[in-house]
Formats: sequence, C-alpha cells, structure tokens
Amino acid sequence: MLPLTWAIPALPLAGFAVLGLAGRRLTPRAVAWVGAGSVAAAFALAAAVAAAFLAAPPAGGAFSQTLWTWWTVGGLAAHVSLRLDPLSLVFVLVVTFVGSLVLLYSTEYMEGDPDYSRFFAWMDLFAGSMLVLVLAADFLLLYLGWEAVGLCSYLLIGFWYRDCANGRAAMKAFVVTRVGDVALLVGILLLFTQLGTLGIQSAMSRAVDAWPTGAAVASVAAALVLGGAVGKSAQLPLQVWLPDAMAGPTPVSALIHAATMVTAGVYLIARTGALFAIAPGVRLAVAVIGALTLLIAGFSALAQSDIKKVAAYSTVSQLGYMFVALGVGAASAAVFHMFTHAFFKALIFLGAGAVIKAMDEDRDMFHMGGLKDRMPLTFWTFTIGCASLAALPLVTAGFYSKDLILFESFASPYGDVWLWLAGLVGSVLTALYASRMVLLTFFGPLKREPSGLPGPRMAVPMVTLAVLAVVAGFVQVPGYLGGKPLFTGLVGAGLPARSSPLVGAALASAIAGVLVLAGIASAYWLYEPGRPALDRLVATPWGAALHRAFLAGFGFDAAYEAVFVRPYRRLAELDRGDFVDPAYRAAGRLAAWCGGALDGLETGRVRNYAFGIGIGVVVVLAVVMLR
Amino acid sequence: MIAAFYAAAAVAVLSTLLMVTRPSVVHALLYLIVSLLGTAVMFLALGAPFLAALEVIIYAGAVMVLFVFVVMMLNLGPSSSHADWLSPRAWAGPALLAAVLGIELLWILASAGPPSEGVRAIAPARVAESLFGTYLIAVELGSMLLAAGILGAYHLGRRETGRARR
Amino acid sequence: MSGQIALGLPVAAVLFAIGLAGVLVRRNVVVVLMSIEVMLNAGGLAFVTAGARWGLPDGQVAMLFVLAVAAAEVSVGLALVLRVRDAFDTLDTDEVSRMRG
Repeated sequence: MLPLTWAIPALPLAGFAVLGLAGRRLTPRAVAWVGAGSVAAAFALAAAVAAAFLAAPPAGGAFSQTLWTWWTVGGLAAHVSLRLDPLSLVFVLVVTFVGSLVLLYSTEYMEGDPDYSRFFAWMDLFAGSMLVLVLAADFLLLYLGWEAVGLCSYLLIGFWYRDCANGRAAMKAFVVTRVGDVALLVGILLLFTQLGTLGIQSAMSRAVDAWPTGAAVASVAAALVLGGAVGKSAQLPLQVWLPDAMAGPTPVSALIHAATMVTAGVYLIARTGALFAIAPGVRLAVAVIGALTLLIAGFSALAQSDIKKVAAYSTVSQLGYMFVALGVGAASAAVFHMFTHAFFKALIFLGAGAVIKAMDEDRDMFHMGGLKDRMPLTFWTFTIGCASLAALPLVTAGFYSKDLILFESFASPYGDVWLWLAGLVGSVLTALYASRMVLLTFFGPLKREPSGLPGPRMAVPMVTLAVLAVVAGFVQVPGYLGGKPLFTGLVGAGLPARSSPLVGAALASAIAGVLVLAGIASAYWLYEPGRPALDRLVATPWGAALHRAFLAGFGFDAAYEAVFVRPYRRLAELDRGDFVDPAYRAAGRLAAWCGGALDGLETGRVRNYAFGIGIGVVVVLAVVMLR
Repeated sequence: MIAAFYAAAAVAVLSTLLMVTRPSVVHALLYLIVSLLGTAVMFLALGAPFLAALEVIIYAGAVMVLFVFVVMMLNLGPSSSHADWLSPRAWAGPALLAAVLGIELLWILASAGPPSEGVRAIAPARVAESLFGTYLIAVELGSMLLAAGILGAYHLGRRETGRARR
Repeated sequence: MSGQIALGLPVAAVLFAIGLAGVLVRRNVVVVLMSIEVMLNAGGLAFVTAGARWGLPDGQVAMLFVLAVAAAEVSVGLALVLRVRDAFDTLDTDEVSRMRG
C-alpha cells in the first residue's frame, strides 16, 4: 500500500485538472462527484496507507518515495520526493478527511452558483497543494505546495470576485502571507548555502551536526522559517489577513481554518523542530508570539458581530496555543491540538455556514437569535463545536488537547509559568466568545425566520464532525485519568520520555476546567440576550475604548495602513514618471516603426511574393555553391 | 541521336520563350504544348521511352485539355471571331516546330537500337518494379493527393447558386 | 559523358528560368499557371537526366510523381481561376491583391 503514497496528492490534483479543463461541460452533478469524490478517494487511500503504515512501520519510522528528479544543476539536485512519517500521516489524514467532508457540504452549499465547477476545481487544487506540502521530503517541493496553497487561498477568498471588497480581501491575504513566504524562501536558501542540501531530513541532521546550540546562523535560519510560519498561520504580527479572509464562501473558510493553509505553519515548525532546538532564542520567540497572539485574538473575538469573524479570531487564538506548544518543545501536543481543532473548527464553520445560508448571507449575529428551535440540528452540532472550542472539561476533544498544551507550557523543560498564565487567560476568553456565539445566534427572541434548513449533504458532515469533536480527544487521555498517550506516542519525538507528575497535571487540569466553566457562566451573565450587564459596561468610557480596540483587532490594520500601505502608495505616485515606462513605450514605438517600414512589402500581389521566393532560392543556391 | 536531342532541346527552349512572350493565351497554350512535346522527345533521347509516352498522353494530352477547356470557358481569345484565332500567323509557328519534332521522332524510331553510348535505356519494367517496390508508399500518397485534388477542384469549381455574382 | 546527359541539366535550368520569368512577368493567371507547368517539367527533365546518367529508374519514378503533382495542381489551380474570375471579373493577378475576411 505504501508505494501508492504518491496517489494521495495526485487524486485531488487530477480532480482539479478534470474540472479545470472540462468543468464547464460537465453537469453540476458530475462536477460534485469529481470534486468531492477525488478528495474522498484520496482519504480512502490515505486511510489504507495509514493502516499499512501502522501495521508494519517501515524502517526508520518513515517511508520515502522519490518520484523523479526535477532538475540537477551543479551540486543542487531537486528531487520530487515524498516522505511519509507519523507527522505527515496525521496531516494527510486530517486534510483528506476534513477536506472531503467540507467538499460534500459544499456540493449542497454552493448549489446554483454559476461558477460551481470553478469552485470545486480550486478546492481540489487547494487540498492537493496542502497534501504536496505535508508530504514533501524536500524544501523545494514543500515551498511549491506552500505557494500553491497561498495561491488557492487568494483565488477562493476572492471567489465572488464581482464584489470588489472580496477582491481586496483576497489581495490582502496574498500580500500579507507573501511577507512570510519571502522570509521562508530566504531561510530555505540560507539552509541550502550553509548545509548544501535541500532535503528536509538531511538539512536537519546536518544542522544539528554542524552548528552548536545557540549558533547565530541557526538562529537566523530558524527566525526566517518562523517568519514563513507566522505568515501562513496568521500569528502576530501577520495575523491581519485571516479575519478578512472571511470574504470567501463559508466552506472555503472551513477548509482554510481547519485543514489546509493555516496549519501549514504549525506543520513547518514541527517538521523543522531540530532547527528550533538549536536556536533557543527563536524557540522562545515562537512561544511568546503564540501567547501574545492567543490573547490579542481572544480579546478581539469578544467584540465582533460577524459570526465568521468571531470564528476567524478563534482560529488565530487556537493557532496561538499551537505555537505556544511548539515554542516549549512539545510539537506533538501542538499537532494533537491541530488534530482536534480541525474537527471542531470545521464543524463551527459548517454550522455557521448553515446559519448564514438560512439568513441569506447575512453574517451579523445581532440580526440572528432564537434559532434554537428552528434549526435544532444546526444548534446542537454548532453547540458541540463551540463546547469543544471552549474546552468543556472531560467530555470534549478540545479539552484534552488544550489541557496537554497548558500542562506542557509550564511542565516542559522550556516552559514558563507566564506562558501557562497566558494560556489560562486565553481559555477563559475562548469560553467567553464561544458561548457568546451560541447565545447570540440561537437564544433570545427570534429576530428573523430562517429561509431554509440544511439538507442531508450538509447535515451528514456536520453530524460526523460533531461526533469527532467529542471523541477525537480520547486517543490521548491524560495519565491521571488512567489513559495512555497514544497520539503523542505516535507522533513521537516532540515529547521527551519522562514521567509526568500525575498530581500536578491533575491539579493544572482542574484549574483550567474550573476557569472554563467560570468563563461559560460569565458569558451567560454578560451576553444572554436581554441582560443589561454588557451594555452598562460598554457605556463607560473605559468600556467603550476597550470595545473599539477589540472590534478593530487592536488597530493592527490601521497601523499597517499608515506605516506601509500609504507611504508605498505615495512612493508609487511619485515614481510615476520614471524611466521604466518611457523605455517600454520606446520599445513599442520601435516595433510600430519597423512594421511601417516593412509594410511596403505587403503588396498583396502574387507576383511580388513569387519574386521574393525566387530571390530566396537564388541566395540559397549562391550560398551553397560559393561555400 | 545526339543531334536529335540538340534539336529537341532547341525546339523546347524556343517554344517556351515564345509561350511566355505571346500576349494571347491561346497562342501561348499552343507553344506550351510544343514545349511539352519537345521535352517528350528529349526523354526518348535520354532512354526513357515510357516516360516520353506518358508525357505526351498526360501532360500534352490530359492536362493541356484542361487548360483548353478553361480557356474556352473564360472566352479568353483576343476577340470572339474564330478567324482571328486561327489565322495562319497564329498556327504556323507551333506547327513548324511540331513538324521538326515529328521528323525527329520518326528518325529516332527508324534508327532503332541503343539511344547513344553512355546512355543506358531503362526499360519500363524496371521503372514499374521500383515504383511499386521502393516507392510504394509514395505512390499511395500520390493517389491520395490526386483524390484530394479531385475533391478540391469539384468543391471550388461548383458555382454557389445562393450567392449573388458581382 | 555523352552529349544529351551533358546538356540535359543546362536545358532543364534554362527551361526552369524561362518558366520562373513567366511567373514573375505575366499577369494573366492562366499564363502564370502554364509557366508553373514549364517549371515542373524542367525539374522532371533534370531528374530523368540524372537517372539516365546513373542508369537507375529512380529518376523516371520522380518524374512520374511530378506528373501526378502537376495534374493535381492544375485541376485545383484552374478551379481557383474560375472562382477568381467569378468573384473579381478579372484574371489579372495584380488586381486580386485584397483579402477580405
């Protein structure tokens, strides 16, 4: 089964090729089958490969497959080769599984859209690119997938391109992530020039051999890689694109937030963990960035009225948790949170999508309310997703993964009590905004009648994800509850083998759990429709200022606008009359002049043309004979 | 024998020159036929009797009939009067040159034997063997070309009834 | 080398040149076509001469193909002449110098 690994990314890419070339000629039914079917087939194959992998792990714990050599120049050989190890296996399973559910959901959600086939073509390309990214054994191939994912996010965020605002949001996502991409590219080139290899594994082992811990070059390389990860995973200071990325259709958001794109940064840092291990300063920066991001995004989520923006900030915040885990050297905890987060975040977006569809694309939560009895299925699945997001103790998947991160944030040798405190504050915030979403959308008086209920193709993915948002955590039940670390045991390397103090872990979990319950309770007190507490709070000057700051995401957008965008525009205006344009215009005029000069040859008379042929023959004969 | 070749070459060159310079299409056509006949005699002198016959039959015969047919359809004579066309001045030249060729032909046929030393006559059978052996695919391609030519000529020559003529 | 072979190629060259001159000088389409026939014929003569020199049948085979090509060319060419006459009411190649659509 393992030699078929190449087909996992190839299937969605083939689906993209079919839809891209012939999509307009296919019926919507056929488009749905090809679009969702190719990713579903990739999942089936990935599951079979995973079964084979776990049944008989290949030597060295990883399966490598070199498909062909891209090019060879001097000492630089770019291989198109794949590497399947537990880390990439988890990502492949999550991407294909969540991807196929989201696509199944989209077949109904996007029904009737004039660009039905274009949507599925790009979704397939998106999933295929992400699979290339996580399976790449080579930095260059990883970068290819990395850029393709960025391109797809641009195309899909701006999917409804007739609205200029969507185009601007797409461009913002593209440009902001580009800042990180350039850093990553420079980092890859730095690693290549210093270590002489593009292979990820060989680069990591050579780096560990060549550089002592704390070497400056290792820190620079790690910082550049971190720059790339920060861009893709929407961490401070490049988090501004993700809330705007909500302009795309809701299934796109589900795919971006749950399975593809944003988890790429987490994957990259987990994959290059050895590099961060010898750059302790940068590793600490990862944790600090994660902690700051999860706080800022958590506060911002409190004030948003757009249901998808709340979900978007929650993603930024949860990614912050993953970065904290990566920063304290607990990569497997980060990947575990990615794993559970993929299920509940996809579920939240799909539920939000069902609500938005029922509200005719109105996303403002204050226009909703009282949908609990009208859309019971959506209510229950969405609530399960939010409970998992809020890490409701013991019964949800989110609890087990977040608990592991919180525990590692102080118990890990690189942990710090401040990181732990930030994580605790973040989990209270998460409980607040998750409950707020449910309360504003589904409780209180009915403000607007929903225009339709999700059909079976939307309901099945939601129910499936709701089940997983509960049970996915049980693969890693903490030791104080008598469980075994199945997941981290599989993903491995991140956790050093040590016996965790059971009592301490249980105590930490208890604190976190109580805080979550307190958060949910205070959310009920603050946000339940009809209660005056929040209004009184916002009415005070301090409250109003805080509300404004939260709503604007702490003014990052305005600051970037003032510092980068506007001066750049001014510069472009000033530079309008430079030499570049005249140079190109001169080239154009030269071509026009040459055309005019040669115009006389085009008489349209057969005899002139025959004469030209005759002259040519004579010249050729003369050349041949006089040679 | 060699004299026959010289004479035929002279006739061919002369009649071709006249063909190019005649203002009337019909006269040019007559000289062209003579030029082709001259070429046929040259073929004979070069030891290619089969080709000489084909040259007369296909070129000077069939192809030229097509030309004549078109000239007639287009009514290209200097005037519509037949007398002008066939005045002795018009046909005397071609007739004279053709007569020269005829005499040569008879002479060659009478002096049967190898055409000339150094020239090896190639029997039609050898040509046929080569044609349907080595060049079989080319023959097939040639037949396809002819079929395409027939279809093309039919399609182009058909008058479109629906279209107003200018 | 005997006379006709020594002379065959020059005669072919002269005929070819006269034919080319006809194509370039004459404006009547029918005469242009006839000149092209002369050029084809001259090429064929060169083939036959070379075949006689080497005593191989290939030269004559080539001439046969020239015949076939000439026949196809003339049939299509004359059909075109008829259409040109229909469309432009002239046989002057210089008049037919505009392409439309």
